[in-house]
Amino acid sequence: TPNAWEVSPALRKMLGRIVFFLCLPSVLAAQLCKPNAAEGFKVRLSIKTALGDKAYEWNRNQRFLFQAAIAFAMSHHLDLEFNVSNILVCDETPRVSFWFVVTSPDDPSRLVGKESVELAVRASRGRINNILLLNDATLEFVGVLPTLAAPVKPATPSWLIVFGVVIGIVGAGIVFLLVSTVVQKKRKENEVAEEEDDDEEAQMKRTAGNEGIYNTSFSESDRNTQM
Amino acid sequence: MGEAKNPGTEERPKWDNKVQYLLTCIGFAVGIGNLWRFPYLCQIYGGGAFLIPYLIALVFEGLPLLYLELAIGQRLRMGSIGVWNNISPMLGGVGIASMVVSFLVSMFYNTIIAWVLWYFFNSFQNPLPWSQCPLNANQTGGYSSECEKSTSVNYFWYRETLNITEDIGISGSLQWWMVICLATAWCVIYICFIKGIDSMGKAVYVTATFPYLVLTIFLIRALTLPGATDGLVYLFTPDWEILKKPQVWLDAATQIFFSLSVAFGGLIAFSSYNAERNDCERDALVVGITNSATSLYGSIPIFSILGFKARTNFNTCLEQNILTLTNHFDIAERNMTVENYDQWFDYLNVTHPGDIASLPLRVCDLQNFLDQSASGTGLAFIVFTEAVLEMPGSQVWAVLFFVMLLSLGLSSMFGNIEGVLTPLQELKLVPKWLPHEVLTAIVCLVSFLIGLIFTLGSGNYWVEVFNAYVGSVPLLIIAFCEIVGVAYIYGMKTFSEDIYFMTGRRPNIYWKACWMVISPLMLLVVFVAYVALQAGTYPTYPAWNPNYEDFPQTETKEYPKWVFGIIVALVVVPILSIPVVAVYNLIRCGIKKSSANVSGPNPYSNEAFEIETQERNTQSI
Repeated sequence: TPNAWEVSPALRKMLGRIVFFLCLPSVLAAQLCKPNAAEGFKVRLSIKTALGDKAYEWNRNQRFLFQAAIAFAMSHHLDLEFNVSNILVCDETPRVSFWFVVTSPDDPSRLVGKESVELAVRASRGRINNILLLNDATLEFVGVLPTLAAPVKPATPSWLIVFGVVIGIVGAGIVFLLVSTVVQKKRKENEVAEEEDDDEEAQMKRTAGNEGIYNTSFSESDRNTQM
Repeated sequence: MGEAKNPGTEERPKWDNKVQYLLTCIGFAVGIGNLWRFPYLCQIYGGGAFLIPYLIALVFEGLPLLYLELAIGQRLRMGSIGVWNNISPMLGGVGIASMVVSFLVSMFYNTIIAWVLWYFFNSFQNPLPWSQCPLNANQTGGYSSECEKSTSVNYFWYRETLNITEDIGISGSLQWWMVICLATAWCVIYICFIKGIDSMGKAVYVTATFPYLVLTIFLIRALTLPGATDGLVYLFTPDWEILKKPQVWLDAATQIFFSLSVAFGGLIAFSSYNAERNDCERDALVVGITNSATSLYGSIPIFSILGFKARTNFNTCLEQNILTLTNHFDIAERNMTVENYDQWFDYLNVTHPGDIASLPLRVCDLQNFLDQSASGTGLAFIVFTEAVLEMPGSQVWAVLFFVMLLSLGLSSMFGNIEGVLTPLQELKLVPKWLPHEVLTAIVCLVSFLIGLIFTLGSGNYWVEVFNAYVGSVPLLIIAFCEIVGVAYIYGMKTFSEDIYFMTGRRPNIYWKACWMVISPLMLLVVFVAYVALQAGTYPTYPAWNPNYEDFPQTETKEYPKWVFGIIVALVVVPILSIPVVAVYNLIRCGIKKSSANVSGPNPYSNEAFEIETQERNTQSI
């Protein structure tokens, strides 16, 4: 009787093929995702810088979340259905940095081009950041420039408002003080006009009209003796 | 009796109380320079050691000049033109020179106040506008290149505030935002001066005291900041060797001189509104010592904050290096920190020297950051605004700081304007029917219109020209003429009698020695040294040129010939009046003994009777 392990060559071949195909994905994955891959991106996370005490530990589950986020971004951008298994991650370091590549949903042995991945990531950058509780600075896709937010400019520059307030107060103050000075002067003039009836100058006019000679050396109008 | 009352003109205004007068004089003396010039000098001239030449200059040059001006103003009861005409018609030009210098200085000084106002207006935003770079003009998604190469703080000052051109010859256009800030500054001055010293005396209660309040708040805050002790140690560590350099003594003497604001005519005008029997010796001591004490007091929070800024910059520099190394070697976050940076660096240098050499690591040296000192506008608008960004609650500190600078500047401007208005009325060019308010308005308007030069693109360069040349040599000459005029032409004997009349005691040997010998000698030496230093090299200026190869460093350019001509004019024209008036009077009246003309043609003042009664009173006591 033949040994149980002495299988026929045909069976051996089939077994070999089955094993090959089973191991293919991981082998392919290992070959597709490697540091400095042509279609891959390096990602750096600075979780402690972003979250301080609330920083989460980078583990398998967090990685899963990252893969899901990228799958979302790719699906959203290319309108194809990407699965988490299409996002391959490798070369993780204690820094928390790693490389990732994206395989096509139709053919897992083929990689999606770098440009498409970049565009997809940029389009959903904010969303990816929020999912991981990070921002553009702490979730770094090496080579992908962050979209810079323009500084918010209000409709009226706020300095003009402060200027308006200050100049309004100062202007009002000037007008008020000038008007009060003019009013005070008018009041004084009215008082003086009433006293002028007894004033010497009026007397002088009268005496001059009476053909007397007015002795101006005793007049009030010029107290300084000419030197 | 001491005064004639003309019913045609108003009675001479007077201070409400002594405190008003002292605050006005202190406010005039204490200016922005106390904060942004003195600490800088302390720093570059060996810290604590600089205090020695500074105090010597104060005692032998500053205080005597101050006392002299307050005394003659109070005795002769006129502004600078009247006073010098009184002492001797040949010295009449000194008063005119003071007035012209005050006018020129007030124009560019108010531009500085306009800049402070601009920053004040802009401090009410979150985030502060000088904390961010704006995006590129053509929206390509990058920051403006000029801002990237220098810092956002520099960019805000040079581009968004001044919109500076690359050369003093390129005038650019009027910057509208600067024009309205300058207009606001002049309006504020006008409203304070609208009723002469009545309104100004009330304004001064706020402007003279507020800076001390803010300085105290800053002191308390600054001393709690990390790195404050670095700054203070750096500031006050004495370097005794530096006292051997003559430059130090020269700068101490000039600093005291310009800091006390003598020779502007403002102090003479202020003291002329005093009561006749007022102890001006004590006033002079109070004003002089308060001025120096303020400089010292102010330098403590300034340098604490500068130390904080240096420490922050140092930490940022280290953190950049840490990030570079962490990223390159994929070390876990927070393993390498500012504290253990050196050990990590040495370890990595040994294990991976090639990698370290290839990385763009910055050299971080705390001393280097501390050395980045600045004075003048650089300190206030670049260094300090950068430091404020790092402090929690930046808006509050920025607003406080700029309001303090505003108060300091305003109280000094009051003295400058007074130095213009009072002599103007004594020149008898002004018709009597023109009310005081209208005259003040005209002066403010004319100064504003001429001051529009400083709102051009090249305005900052012109401010530097005015600051360096109008506010230096002419003042030295005027002060020298003042002190020689009083000590020798008026006569020390007559002056001593005047002081006896006012304060009840004659000046002691220290004052006399200073007035007759030491101060004029010091002024002469300072003047000669100053001119010798200036005449040695052709004047240059630092230009902000984004196209310069070493940008962001400023490019040193020489002044063009026509600007040099203007510089010479600015120095010569104010003091031209001194010899012109002297020669004119010589020709007109012949040489007459001015000692006969003790207190002017005042027919109602019988001085002999006054002194006699006083002596009789003292004898009877």
